Amino acid sequence: MDDIINISSQLGRGLGITITILIASALFAYLMGFIAGLSRLSKNVFLRKFTGLYIEIFRGTSLIVQLFWLYYAIPMLFGIDLGSNWVIGVIAIGLNYGAYLSEVVRGSIISVAPGQYEAATALNMSSTQRMRLIIFPQAVRMMLPEFGNYTIQMLKGTALVSLIGLNDILYYGDILRSSNLSQAPLIYIVVLGFYFLLALPLIFATRKAEEISKKGVAS
Amino acid sequence: MNYWSWERFSDALPYVLSGLGTTVMVTLSSFLFALLFGLVWTFLRRIPNRGFNWTITWIMEFIRSTPPLVQLFFIYYAWPVIPVVGMTLSPFASAVIGLGVHFSTYIGEIYRSGIESVGQGQWEAAKALNFSLIDKWRRIILPQAFPPTVPMLGNYFIIMFKEVPLASTIGVTGILHMANSFGSQHFNLIEALTIVGIIFLALSYPSAYLIKKLELKLNNRY
Amino acid sequence: MSEPIVQYKDVHKSFGDVKVLKGIDLDIHPAEKVAVIGPSGSGKTTIIRMLMTLEEPTSGDIIVDGTNLWKMEKNGAMVDANEKHLRQVRGDIGMVFQHFNLFPHMTILENCMTAPINVKGEDKKEVEQRSMEMLERVGLGDKFDNYPSQLSGGQKQRVAMARALVMRPKVMLFDEVTSALDPELVGEVLEVIRDIAKNDDMAMVLVTHEMDFALDIADKVLFLDEGVIAEQGSAADVIEHSENPRLREFLSRFRN
Repeated sequence: MDDIINISSQLGRGLGITITILIASALFAYLMGFIAGLSRLSKNVFLRKFTGLYIEIFRGTSLIVQLFWLYYAIPMLFGIDLGSNWVIGVIAIGLNYGAYLSEVVRGSIISVAPGQYEAATALNMSSTQRMRLIIFPQAVRMMLPEFGNYTIQMLKGTALVSLIGLNDILYYGDILRSSNLSQAPLIYIVVLGFYFLLALPLIFATRKAEEISKKGVAS
Repeated sequence: MNYWSWERFSDALPYVLSGLGTTVMVTLSSFLFALLFGLVWTFLRRIPNRGFNWTITWIMEFIRSTPPLVQLFFIYYAWPVIPVVGMTLSPFASAVIGLGVHFSTYIGEIYRSGIESVGQGQWEAAKALNFSLIDKWRRIILPQAFPPTVPMLGNYFIIMFKEVPLASTIGVTGILHMANSFGSQHFNLIEALTIVGIIFLALSYPSAYLIKKLELKLNNRY
Repeated sequence: MSEPIVQYKDVHKSFGDVKVLKGIDLDIHPAEKVAVIGPSGSGKTTIIRMLMTLEEPTSGDIIVDGTNLWKMEKNGAMVDANEKHLRQVRGDIGMVFQHFNLFPHMTILENCMTAPINVKGEDKKEVEQRSMEMLERVGLGDKFDNYPSQLSGGQKQRVAMARALVMRPKVMLFDEVTSALDPELVGEVLEVIRDIAKNDDMAMVLVTHEMDFALDIADKVLFLDEGVIAEQGSAADVIEHSENPRLREFLSRFRN
């Protein structure tokens, strides 16, 4: 028991990085998901193709490869060191899951029934009003469960930032393990426990989101 | 300062490609592992006991919602020092078990959804025709439950393929590992990492296409 | 007789290679009640969908209150209408759909209020008042805060009619509004339409299979067959005196 408390207090030092990376990259990914998802539905061919390319590249390769690539490429391409691996972690996770979420956004918008577009037109709404008042609110409800699922995926993805030297939960777990190999099983179980505790609220939120989206009505 | 070099790019290409066989082998093996282990979850969840069912559900949830990277470390570093059951595993075996178990929790759900997609009437018909338990599953349920799961399984195959580079962290010498080792010898990783990205793109899309094909073929059977 | 509020002039419509409408000429006068009958696939629904701007004619003109709906003048030439033009012209037209198309994320009161407030920029209090009156009129005064998913099909369709009426259209289009309803719910919806027809002075176009009802309330009946208006006239003329064999055959299927 003492061991678990000791390990936990060590791992707790990484909690801040894991949580801030998760929140920042999730917000970034949501933003990218909406921007790219809506761009895919735009009338502008160039915008559609360009967004398509972004989505294909980030969905077609691995997060870990993207993270390493950005880690080396950002200083090289822009001639600047962002001075912070934290930012690189957020950018990599955000861009990666933004690409997945954009498909969720696009799919939800096009799955709103055609009758809803027609009813909005019959009430003489402009295309902007139709999107804002009728289509978008319904699409968002459909998106919620997938946003929840992908947020859990992002939490799992944050563990990768330990590989670019950020001091997250897993980083402290690895430090502990390297100094005391015989405790490795306990250490990693506690690490997994930490991640699971962080995932629990997301799991319950996702289940709640499923209920809401099934009803199609806010409760 | 780092800069892009086509010369280094062409040097890196064969080096990185030499890891492709391993990456593909890990993908295939861990997918096979996940397919088989997914059956275990599906079977366990069909045992009609509320408490047991609840426990299995949450174990699956635990495995599914914690990072596969940590699970790999657990198997590679922690498993050998566990008393009695522990044993030293090669990086390859650790990766196959780690990724296989992680994704088996998703695969198990897919099997379940396939079985649930078979209409109540089919179960009743099987009963009415007095099929044995084995025949019921073999002749009635599985032939109908399987086809709808194929595209989902295919998607997970591609998702797993993209998770395989995680195994480079425990020393599996796949493409990412080769890229890292090339980079550290030549003091620049960008070309080698770009090659890894291109390989993934080049392999993900044909696989996705093949799965679409397979899906169409299976859907046309009835 | 007054100037027509809607005129169709040689309107054609094709979907791909399929010619659905082959030259429609039609006048609709203010307050006139027009019933469109005919076999399925004859293009009845397409006629009113083009007026609601849900479908663009392949050729021909639709004139609403003196203005061409699908074309506008630009630098002295007639060009395809843009959204702004369409919105200006279709503002006087309302529609009720076969499948209700209520907004599931809004209460029924919000369903009625959203367009007057957001589209016409009317005062919220006034719109709320009017919407409540309209919902009471269609017999749903006790359901303001319910969501569409909590209503029966007949109730949904009555909300859809209230929603359209709150916009105070000059022309109301009814697209097979009872076809998706269980038989026992048809009556309550027809009652509301009868009430509107009797008490409101808007023009109405009903595409319907409820033959007796249509003939009962319509000033004018159109029989649409194979993409053209094969017969038109008063209900009595069309039903009792027409010699058209296709119409006789069509009617006989509804009357025996």
